Amino acid sequence: MISVRLAAVTALALAPALVSAQDYKFQLTARQGQMAIAGIGASVLGDMAKGKIAYDAAAAEAAAHNIAAIASLNQDGLWPEGSDDMSIDGTRAQPTIWENNADFMSKWESFQTAALSLSDAAGSGVEAMQPALNTLGQACVACHKAHRAPEN
Amino acid sequence: MQRLFIVSAIVAGLFGAGWVLSAGRPLPAAAVAGLSGDPAAGEAVFHAAGCASCHMAPEAEGPARRVLSGGQRFPSPFGTFVAPNISPDPDQGIGGWDLRAFASALKRGVRPDGAHYFPAFPYTTYTRMTLQDVADLKAFMDLLPPDATPSQPHEVAFPFNIRRSLFGWKLLFLDADWVLDAGTNPSLQRGRYLVEAMGHCAECHTSRNILGGIDKARWMAGAPNPAGKGRIPNITPGALDWSEADIAYYLETGFTPDFDSVGGHMAFVVENTALLAPEDRAAIAAYLKALPPLK
Repeated sequence: MISVRLAAVTALALAPALVSAQDYKFQLTARQGQMAIAGIGASVLGDMAKGKIAYDAAAAEAAAHNIAAIASLNQDGLWPEGSDDMSIDGTRAQPTIWENNADFMSKWESFQTAALSLSDAAGSGVEAMQPALNTLGQACVACHKAHRAPEN
Repeated sequence: MQRLFIVSAIVAGLFGAGWVLSAGRPLPAAAVAGLSGDPAAGEAVFHAAGCASCHMAPEAEGPARRVLSGGQRFPSPFGTFVAPNISPDPDQGIGGWDLRAFASALKRGVRPDGAHYFPAFPYTTYTRMTLQDVADLKAFMDLLPPDATPSQPHEVAFPFNIRRSLFGWKLLFLDADWVLDAGTNPSLQRGRYLVEAMGHCAECHTSRNILGGIDKARWMAGAPNPAGKGRIPNITPGALDWSEADIAYYLETGFTPDFDSVGGHMAFVVENTALLAPEDRAAIAAYLKALPPLK
């Protein structure tokens, strides 16, 4: 019991020193991981659109379904206050996400809408898929333009 | 006493001559005589030259991107420039301008009253535009919605706020010569025109000297980000290893070859390049791949 209390007191005392990327390690990993999964899906579809790989309806659908699944994940808990790039290292999430959260969430919804339409179109040939993929790209860009800091 | 008078007179004379000489000179009226603009052709020029990216209101989206009311802020080592209203409003915008005034602004960086524009307005690029493209652009911009938002003053401190000093700056840094030798390849020539006369990629992707002039020896080799964080990347083949198809696809969709998406100010650029003809995006890609590779 005493050791538990001691641990709690120690933890409280150390708390300010521990305010670093570590505190949000899981959140950052999850945020960046979901973007990576969406990116891998988009790369399959994009390489088909570019003609770099042959179009394959099943593979296109699988990739688009993954993007739609990511876009449908509830984002609650992934974006705690103070996990922006001004407060911690290891993220490019700008404070505008919290300052203008309604805008951020509406951009996420556009991502979801675009991903679901892409999911519907992906299996119907490269011509049908291409405009839906471009719309998805516009949704990615809109949010990254407004809320993501530049690299390095 | 008499000597003092003579010296004063000479100094005053030199100053006066300097004052007269350092005024901006518009294009001769003959340069634009007989030109008439085609608004449909001007729309493509408008997108290629990226006018809306800087002159639309901050955060404008959708149809509001065509209302060129100004107000976006551009920090630099010399101060913060605020994009002016260039909508066709006759009082607050440029609706009252004739083609000669418009062409003098783009090709010479000269305001209708003879003052020099700060080179935050990329006339060092637009000076290479053909007068027909300038006329087409004006014809298109005349049809955009007018907006009566007044232009805000730049926040530029002494001595950089002395517009007369830009006379000397222009002597040093304003020239219409091409940077890349494009030979006789039509696609490369078109790419060069899109990049060096309209797209003004070098404004951000090339570093500047202490006077703010572009360092042509480091053409497109990257630069510090004037807005603060990070660097604008080197896009010569010395650093950018994307294929031509990858570059063209990026300029169309905003997707990088590893399917990250474009962000930051480049996202505005891609909004414009997405509207270009596919062969124009391919021409830009060909141009970038033909640049001397720099590290």
